[in-house]
Amino acid sequence: MELIINMGLLSMLAMTAIAIVRIKDLFAVAMLAGIYGLISASFFVMMDAVDVAFTEASVGAGISTLLMLTTLAITGRFEKADKKSRTRFALPLVLLTGALLIYGTLDMPSFGAADSPVQEHVAPRYLNDSAQEIGIPNVVTSVLASYRAFDTFGEVIVIFTAGVGVLALLMRTDLPPISSVKNTASMEEHMVLRIVAKMLIPLILLFGLYVQFHGEYGPGGGFQAGVIFASAFFLYAMLYGMNAARKVIDSSLVQVLAALGVLIYGTTGVVAMLSGKNFLDYSVFSEDPVHAQHLGILFIELGVGLTVATVMIIIFFTFSGRSQVEGERD
Amino acid sequence: MNFVGLFNYWIVMVLMMIGFYIVIAQGNLVKKLVGLTLFQTSVFIMYITMGKIEGATAPILVEGEALYSNPLPHVLILTAIVVGIATTALGLALVVRIKESYDSIEEDEINRKDQEC
Repeated sequence: MELIINMGLLSMLAMTAIAIVRIKDLFAVAMLAGIYGLISASFFVMMDAVDVAFTEASVGAGISTLLMLTTLAITGRFEKADKKSRTRFALPLVLLTGALLIYGTLDMPSFGAADSPVQEHVAPRYLNDSAQEIGIPNVVTSVLASYRAFDTFGEVIVIFTAGVGVLALLMRTDLPPISSVKNTASMEEHMVLRIVAKMLIPLILLFGLYVQFHGEYGPGGGFQAGVIFASAFFLYAMLYGMNAARKVIDSSLVQVLAALGVLIYGTTGVVAMLSGKNFLDYSVFSEDPVHAQHLGILFIELGVGLTVATVMIIIFFTFSGRSQVEGERD
Repeated sequence: MNFVGLFNYWIVMVLMMIGFYIVIAQGNLVKKLVGLTLFQTSVFIMYITMGKIEGATAPILVEGEALYSNPLPHVLILTAIVVGIATTALGLALVVRIKESYDSIEEDEINRKDQEC
């Protein structure tokens, strides 16, 4: 049964991808990309990767579709037809590469095998010893925030840098003051949506906090929580207009908070160094090693959640601010 | 040939090639970024597929459960997804700037305007 669902989901993914190639209406492409994200999230649940599914559902199906649509509002909805000369070269090249890669998969270990090379090395150690060493049930969080915290630090910095990059490319310093422009929300006339959303926003924020602080016991953690927390602000901006949202969110404060998240993460590591241990060695925080791990993971996840949430807010509001200015110019 | 055991990898390759095709054959810059996303997701699927063990459960420790799927690919991909959206956003920001300076996001039109200068 599981196998049939697995194959069904994968076939749906392939069909969605083929539809994306053929459709020239970029609005439909953005929607299909959202569907693609949702199907792959379902696939990740089937593969026991609940944390990954959680992230993909909120990022792949939610935020990336939203960003794509905001971009399309500026760049236009339809693309030109393909040029024949290009497809003539591309198709054989792609087919050849694909054939070689599929030939390469013939040596891969069979799907679901317990004795494949991936399952040896460090994975058994994480599964067997993390209960004693870290003392939290979610092994993914143990690995993310403790065993491989240095990797995660690098990733948080990449996210922060991307946020800075988007700001550098698109930030307008000449936005008119809030009071002088008319507040235009794309869904202003939908009364039911507005009221339902108003009731949902506190719940979304609360759920974000739950995911943040419950990540050690169930699926979740800073990355997912940050995205969920940010989505509440997107919802508000879409239903009540950018100006109303700009009153709620002070953009310079958000920028400071994004940097603060990285700073919390880095400081956690440096404090360990100043106490004579290695970078990100949590044992300095408490006498009891397991308790020290808990504290370290709490700080790290806080830094991650803060940076992810604020960078997502920065990205969305910078894009929407740009399209608002574009709209007024037309 | 082991059809069931390799099916996941084949789909990964098909998705990867579809993404590759969009990137090289289609001229619209937003479409190219969608192609890159497809390519990226195919790699995610490959990693997660390799971590799966038949009959295992999600790597959240509970009493009385002995077999868990490999948590390491999950960690790598979970962070990769969020990094992926951040870099896609950067790409889209570049597309918006290109649109503003060239008034087009079709690759051949941008090339032509470059050559005219």
